[in-house]
Amino acid sequence: MDRKFTPDHEWVSIDGDIATVGITDYAQSQLGDLVFVELPKTGRAIRKGEAVAVVESVKAASDVYSPLTGEVVAVNEGIVADPALVNSDPEQSAWMFKVRLTDRAEVEALMDEAAYRQQIT
Amino acid sequence: MSAASSPSANVAPHSLQRTPLYDLHLANDAKMVPFAGYEMPLHYRLGVLKEHLHTRAATGLFDVSHMGQIAIRSRSGAVGQLALALERLVPADLVELGVGRQRYTVLTNVTGGIVDDIMVANLGSHLLVTVNAATKNNDLAHLRANMPDDCQIDMLADRALIALQGPGAEDALLPHAPAARSMRFMDVQRMTIGAVECVVSRSGYTGEDGFEVSVPATHADALVRSLLRQDNVALVGLGARDSLRLEAGLCLYGRDIDDTTTPVEAALEWSIQKTRRTGGKRAGGFIGAEVVLAQLAGNASRRRVGLRPEGRAPVRGGARIYLDETSDTAIGQVTSGGYGPSLTAPVAMGYVDLATSRPGTRLFADVRGIRHPALVAPLPFVAHRYRRD
Repeated sequence: MDRKFTPDHEWVSIDGDIATVGITDYAQSQLGDLVFVELPKTGRAIRKGEAVAVVESVKAASDVYSPLTGEVVAVNEGIVADPALVNSDPEQSAWMFKVRLTDRAEVEALMDEAAYRQQIT
Repeated sequence: MSAASSPSANVAPHSLQRTPLYDLHLANDAKMVPFAGYEMPLHYRLGVLKEHLHTRAATGLFDVSHMGQIAIRSRSGAVGQLALALERLVPADLVELGVGRQRYTVLTNVTGGIVDDIMVANLGSHLLVTVNAATKNNDLAHLRANMPDDCQIDMLADRALIALQGPGAEDALLPHAPAARSMRFMDVQRMTIGAVECVVSRSGYTGEDGFEVSVPATHADALVRSLLRQDNVALVGLGARDSLRLEAGLCLYGRDIDDTTTPVEAALEWSIQKTRRTGGKRAGGFIGAEVVLAQLAGNASRRRVGLRPEGRAPVRGGARIYLDETSDTAIGQVTSGGYGPSLTAPVAMGYVDLATSRPGTRLFADVRGIRHPALVAPLPFVAHRYRRD
């Protein structure tokens, strides 16, 4: 299915009951050069809207919120080792974490791409 | 994402001031942000990391025109008295500051706290005081309230201030100002650059060799464009300015020093010359001197130190510092912290109880509820490269 987005600049890609989450290109350009990423532990139960990750630029730390409720099943260690990947490829290789969904209705409530593009222009 | 707001939230209010280089910033794709009542460039196309590294490898060019430049003159022509009068407001020796020299010091308050940190330059005919942007109006009022009526004190409203910093700074400035070659660190001179009178000091806020050029506002844009045409001179914004000064162990007023910190607590006692200390020719005699001199004798209870977090997570201003992972009583607080691009590691500064301030002491900073270990480290984190010879 097509990607979904949140007003807080996260993108979501759904495959079966696994959602892959990252931050958008707009978000990384607003943040500037990233120097540190902290991701949730796999196995952690997370709720929609909960701050689950942190990305830090030289100047400041920013929370990343989970768009969905479920269990963290994977995190991208590559971006922990090299935070600059989030700046260079935020919407593909620099995905942040994968969640096993527990409530499909939450997916329907997310923004589609057109709505997100409208928000950021 | 908590920090990435959408465009409609980023419209600058009309009340923000602009420096003479505003158009140039926009023409260079600056990301503009509000700072001290001005619209200032946070970074340009290169981004904070590359701008920081470029400054240490080559030459960074900074617009710092938002800072205050205050001229102190004598109405009666008694220039020799100006230094003595200003010594009542600062703990530094200004009487021995020769013509063509500049000194770092602080304006103090009655409790020995810092009103602002400043540079005082002796230009012969007058003193030129450079102050922080956020406090410049307050500093002007403080000077006027405490200096003799014979002193004429004016904020120069029609000048820009440009900093050229890095190992390439001298080469970049020489075609415009050949006299710069013979300047040592903290020399200050009037010189003609492109047919206009400028004041150039060999100083800066990065720990690197470099110059600060006070130029008439009307000529600032042309001078900067000319400097930028040279090899390896790049515009650098306030983001990198902050990471550079942090690596250099330099204080930021309002964060590392404020009206509750004395220059002794702030580890700035090096800026208090012997003549102003107990037993010196002009001991004390400045606002808050009793407190400061007593602390020099050894009764300060806390000290500003450098901190090197052991992990990769930055430890930022506001984080409380503890002796161990479990105690409830903080023994200090981080005042500035972030990532040091030249070190590829997080660095921080803060105040800790004097007994815990020795380099090598292992302390713990609370970051989002977790205690992160950090070692007390000597400052600066990156060695200064001032040209003193």
